[in-house]
Amino acid sequence: MFGSNLPLFPDQASTLAPRVDALLYFLLAVSVFFSLLISISIVAFAIKYRRRSDSERPPLILGSLGLEIFWTAVPLAITMVIFVWGAKLFFVSFYPPPNALEINVVAKQWMWKVQHPEGKSEIDELHIPAGQAVKLLLTSQDVIHDFFVPAFRVKKDVLPGRYTTLWFEASKPGTYHLFCAQYCGTQHSGMVGRIIVMEPLAYATWVGGGGTGGSTAAAGEKLFQTLGCATCHLPNDTGRGPSLEGLMGKTVALQGGKSVTADENYVRESILEPRAKIVRGYQPIMPIFKGSVSEEGVLQIISYIKTLTPQAGAQGKK
Amino acid sequence: MSDTPAIHAHQFDDPVQQHEASWLGMWVFLATEVMFFGGMFLGYMFYRSAYPQGFASASDRLDIWLGTINTAVLICSSFTMALAVRAGQIGQNRLVMIFLCLTIVLGTLFLGIKFTEYYQKFEERLVPGNDFRFEGALVSSAEIFFSFYFAMTGMHAVHMIIGVSLLTALIVKTSRGRFSATYNTPIELVGLYWHFVDIVWIFLFPLLYLVGRHLG
Amino acid sequence: MNDSVPERRVHYLNVSYGLKSWLLTTDHKRIAWLYLVSVTFFFFIGGLFATLIRIELLTPQGDLVQAETYNKLFTMHGVTMIFFFLIPSIPAVLGNFLIPLMIGARDLAFPRLNLASWYLYIIGGLFTLVAAAAGGVDTGWTFYTPYSSIYSNTHVALTVVGIFVTGFSSILTGLNFVVTVHTMRAPGMGWFRLPLFVWSHYATSIIFILGTPVIAITLTLVALERLFRLGIFNPELGGDPLLFQHLFWFYSHPAVYIMILPAMGVISELITCFSRKRIFGYGFVAFSSLAIAVLGFLVWGHHMFVSGQSVYAGLIFSVLSMLVAIPSAIKVFNWTATLYKGSISYDAPMLYALGFIGLFTIGGLTGLFLAALGVDVHVHDTYFVIAHFHYIMVGSSVMAYLGGIHFWWPKMTGRRYPEVLARLAALIIFLGFNLTFFPQFVLGYLGMPRRYHVYPPEFQVLNVLSTAGASILAVGYVLPLIYLIWSLRYSPVAGMNPWKARGLEWQTPSPPPTDNFEVTPVVVQEAYAYDVLDEPEVIYAPEKAAHV
Repeated sequence: MFGSNLPLFPDQASTLAPRVDALLYFLLAVSVFFSLLISISIVAFAIKYRRRSDSERPPLILGSLGLEIFWTAVPLAITMVIFVWGAKLFFVSFYPPPNALEINVVAKQWMWKVQHPEGKSEIDELHIPAGQAVKLLLTSQDVIHDFFVPAFRVKKDVLPGRYTTLWFEASKPGTYHLFCAQYCGTQHSGMVGRIIVMEPLAYATWVGGGGTGGSTAAAGEKLFQTLGCATCHLPNDTGRGPSLEGLMGKTVALQGGKSVTADENYVRESILEPRAKIVRGYQPIMPIFKGSVSEEGVLQIISYIKTLTPQAGAQGKK
Repeated sequence: MSDTPAIHAHQFDDPVQQHEASWLGMWVFLATEVMFFGGMFLGYMFYRSAYPQGFASASDRLDIWLGTINTAVLICSSFTMALAVRAGQIGQNRLVMIFLCLTIVLGTLFLGIKFTEYYQKFEERLVPGNDFRFEGALVSSAEIFFSFYFAMTGMHAVHMIIGVSLLTALIVKTSRGRFSATYNTPIELVGLYWHFVDIVWIFLFPLLYLVGRHLG
Repeated sequence: MNDSVPERRVHYLNVSYGLKSWLLTTDHKRIAWLYLVSVTFFFFIGGLFATLIRIELLTPQGDLVQAETYNKLFTMHGVTMIFFFLIPSIPAVLGNFLIPLMIGARDLAFPRLNLASWYLYIIGGLFTLVAAAAGGVDTGWTFYTPYSSIYSNTHVALTVVGIFVTGFSSILTGLNFVVTVHTMRAPGMGWFRLPLFVWSHYATSIIFILGTPVIAITLTLVALERLFRLGIFNPELGGDPLLFQHLFWFYSHPAVYIMILPAMGVISELITCFSRKRIFGYGFVAFSSLAIAVLGFLVWGHHMFVSGQSVYAGLIFSVLSMLVAIPSAIKVFNWTATLYKGSISYDAPMLYALGFIGLFTIGGLTGLFLAALGVDVHVHDTYFVIAHFHYIMVGSSVMAYLGGIHFWWPKMTGRRYPEVLARLAALIIFLGFNLTFFPQFVLGYLGMPRRYHVYPPEFQVLNVLSTAGASILAVGYVLPLIYLIWSLRYSPVAGMNPWKARGLEWQTPSPPPTDNFEVTPVVVQEAYAYDVLDEPEVIYAPEKAAHV
């Protein structure tokens, strides 16, 4: 009937979790302190100053500037401490470290589709190694979802039409809940899964154990050829389209004077809505691939582009 | 007890308090209207900065002559409205009715031109929805432009229609002798409302019709 | 003027009879009753949805209702409670009844507009009820796109039209209050002699006026998008779903201050009366209300920390959210200090007020957890958020509403209410409430997401506790419904000022005459002048006689 255990606190299974919990404990301490302060004061005053006769005349006390300043300044100071602490944690959770293992996730009503770079794919499950930073590149095929792993203390909305990212480093092997945490329709509460954290060696065995079709990047290369991207995007800027070597992270000069830092969202937009941003010095002739390639396909192409490093001695237009 | 009918409503102490309350009430109402239109302006600004070319080429499809004429018409109508308010303040009821009529004529002319424009857009398949046609790759941003065009000018037109109805009611009341130099608050307040609707158009016109002009 | 034989004296309730005299009234006091009956109706409708939700959540599986039904239940619970109960409750019932009385006026500035407000509220409510009867809505009260604009197969347009129409009810009420307070105060009633109830409603009205139009236009755009397949919020057509969230929360965050500021105003009245003391720090409490209203407009992005908005937006909204907590803290300290050396009695309204302070403190502090970026990432969209806002909206606002209804019941009806039952109900509500919602903080941190129809079995015990609490809470709410109606006939007649309270509303008979005061009062005391109870609060200058 009832569950045999009554958990009161979630597992700490990531490097971030103890840090979040530390801030939580501080917040709890502050809350308990002020809650007790106020409730005890109320009860004490209500008892000590209870009305004993109808002719009582309480003293005239209008206020105290000193007290007002005190009990404005102290909460202000405490909240600023909370703010700074929370902001620092937020920065840590927002920006993945550079050596993170990248895994693609496509959400749709009502399942999680996971794609490992080595080619293995999963549904509603994510196997990862412990002790290794993992970065998820997330997008949705339909409505807004949210990737939430309580044991890691991480959460990010998953949006249609763009990518969001989430990173964590699992610290402890085990199986943990994955929840969708943004209401997404009928089976929202069924859009759950498992994060399976393995020892690094076990993970390496598991992930090497054959997905069909090879790695994500290889699949991306295949699409790059079959969709005709390779016809225009030649190396060394010799084609009708700009070269894509070393694109990720590069600053791209656009027509109209602006520029943009090439990230996954930029590449996705360039594939699906190429006229949105035209690279300076090029014509707006790229075909629109919206409808011709799936979200998974776009992610595979991006994985492939990430493998394209500039050739030694390549000049290229700036 | 009172010499002129309804010199002030029963909840007020005197006509001065009533006038003050009515005037403040209209200004507070106009503040809500600023926020109402403001939401759409905000959305518009957001998408315009995201899709400058799409918005510019979509804006090119609007009839700038009709838009300019409409702007002139509306400014004139604010002038006639101001004259009506002034006439009301000096108790010249005949002049009030003349100027209110002129304002209605100009307002109706504005609406007529507006609906002509809408009809043209309908014929050109530029109404967002399943039948939207826009050549070129900028079709999505153009459709968003036209969504805002219709939503904003449509909401403005609704306010114009309400304004014309209010003006009509004012003419009826003036003809029945309800206003005088001592009591003409409704004329003043409808004037405020009319000027506000005019100002909204003054913002709408350049934002919608003049987007790409400076790009040449 | 003696009132020992109320059935002979003419007052606002017996001056005319019949349905038309009520449905076409322009008397703010009768309009308050129209609202009271309507909001009570919607409260119990919303409560019915909540009951079904809590019963479903007794077990980890979805066995009471199907998933789609459950989604409609929590959506309709939110829509009904927020738009049709919480937002109107204190302002439209107590505010409408009391503001003219408290400032010494005969009515609000625009009585017919006031009636129009009620009709708009009813029409909006009808739209929403029709939508519910026709199958309901399943988008959540937050209507996030593109689910609400494209994917949902439910009656979204009908519901948002209902909310749109009701929104104008709020706007007109806010307009009425602002103009009334500015222009119709009795002689001697300077701004800093106003009861804090009036200050808090003034601040609320600013939010009504500036915030509500934005939700109106936002929901209009969602309806247009559904009906005409526009692309404003649809990423497939170049739109941005985050734009919807910004526009939505720009109103909906200040909306929560609409739901708490009037409650805070009630508490100031109750604490002072039942401690027989002046409020500690009048100016600070008054300006805190204004500060909450203003700052409340600047923090909406704290609902969107994990939405994909930039990290810098997160920083700005987090620090501003910390700031908005400060004026609330100031009020809590000032109320507590008011109790010091007071003469405290334990009447039911005071029990509600004391409960409010404790529960609001907890609810407000848990807001800090949510404003703290690093923690919010974990607890966003979990039961932690649900617990937080129910501590404020139910543990605080509803309790203040009930406390206010009890306090002013003698004034509104001319009758007392059964005190023992009232204290018992207050206690049951307090205990039931805490048992319902405290376990949800734990559930949230454990990771149970919001809007979940089924959940992992290890969450069951806490859910069962919560449902048990809800059943106790329900008893607590039904009790006042019964005994207050009973009291209309069977309770002792109340005098002009049964609480010996300060405030102009207590200087006129219970129930008041239609024009509130036989003669316009001239105010000569500060607010809450309990220290000089033997001195008159007002004088009557003959030349200021009310308009006949």
